[in-house]
Amino acid sequence: MRITQGTFAYLPDFTDEEIKAQIQYCLDNGWPLAIEYTDDPHPRNTYWEMWGLPMFDIKDAVAIMQEVTACRSAFPEHYIRVAGYDRSLGRATTALSFIVNRPAQEPTFELERLEFADRQVKYTIRTRR
Amino acid sequence: MIEEIVAESAQIDLDAAYRESNVQVLLDELERELIGLIPVKTRIREIASLLLVARLRQQMNLSSEPPTLHMSFTGRPGTGKTTVAMRMAKILHHLGYVRKGHLVVATRDDLVGQYVGHTAPKTKEMLKKATGGVLFIDEAYYLYRPENERDYGQEAIEMLLQVMENQRGDFVVILAGYKERMATFFQANPGFHSRIAHHIDFPDYALEELIEIAELMVRRQNYAFDAEARQAFQEYLALRMTQPHFANARSVRNALDRIKLRQANRLVRQGGMISKDALMGIEAADVRQSRVFQGGAASIDSEFLVAPAARIEGGKP
Repeated sequence: MRITQGTFAYLPDFTDEEIKAQIQYCLDNGWPLAIEYTDDPHPRNTYWEMWGLPMFDIKDAVAIMQEVTACRSAFPEHYIRVAGYDRSLGRATTALSFIVNRPAQEPTFELERLEFADRQVKYTIRTRR
Repeated sequence: MIEEIVAESAQIDLDAAYRESNVQVLLDELERELIGLIPVKTRIREIASLLLVARLRQQMNLSSEPPTLHMSFTGRPGTGKTTVAMRMAKILHHLGYVRKGHLVVATRDDLVGQYVGHTAPKTKEMLKKATGGVLFIDEAYYLYRPENERDYGQEAIEMLLQVMENQRGDFVVILAGYKERMATFFQANPGFHSRIAHHIDFPDYALEELIEIAELMVRRQNYAFDAEARQAFQEYLALRMTQPHFANARSVRNALDRIKLRQANRLVRQGGMISKDALMGIEAADVRQSRVFQGGAASIDSEFLVAPAARIEGGKP
């Protein structure tokens, strides 16, 4: 099942050139970028692993692409996303976050029901690999 | 803009390309704002032409290796190495050699770590920051400390050498420092010497050039010398140049800073109503109070510290 999370998720996967252009857009806006990866794309899994520290004071997208490439070769079968953080006052939040790598075989989700007191049912979603 | 098929007889308008690159504006600025430094300016103009021609050749599908533009700036303190590096970054950007054209200044501390395994990430971080621009390594010879064989500087040098060769299009490295010490540094690291195409030496300024620099600085900060003050400042510079620790344009700037201090002091002591001219004006007395005139050899502290008032007025104890 194709995971749709973050910006551009409903578009076809970006080429490296397109990723670079998006990264340059972030840099031109003064947003530091961070690279994160995970093997569990569950919607509640908010905090992915960090690939190094967020990258500050960088002007050129090529430097970030080098890190994306390095992360990809280390975790080819993980989800990898690039997040741009807008630290300006009044915003101070992730401004852009998009997936740049996904495994060949994507996991699916299954719905789980939990019997509870008085015939109540609770539902949860579980990642199925 | 780039022609798909270029015939043998095709022609490109060199003048138009030159205008388009906007580089003349930068070169004019360089000419106007940097006094002297003739060999440096000549070399910069040559590099600009080289890049312009390289770009036109590319348009004509005459492929060739992109030129290596790593440089070394040697010269005594205050001869304008950092200033020129900043201009160089802009020029390279306008000619499309680097993508962003910013200048990242690094010294040994920014590149070399404190313990095993600390150097590589530090150097890598700086290289990432400099990608698309110019990496300016001030006093580069400190990277190499032959007296300590466990020094981590060598690791930084090796990383630099590698990226200078492999990522030539990503950034330009400029090494700067005193001439003699750079020469020993290059002798110990021949790899650096051969990877650097342009060795530019910054000559010391002549007295007239220093005076011109001073005039420019004074004008730019909205001050003005009167005729006597100008004369006094010329005498001051002539004296100062013969003394130790003379750092060319930087000494001029420091002298002007101290003159501004004395001018402010004089105005405050004077009190009362004050005109715009008086706020701008530097008088001979502001210049002549300097210890350089009182036969005081410019020791380190006269250059870097504000001398106590008693010592200014009473001469040397």
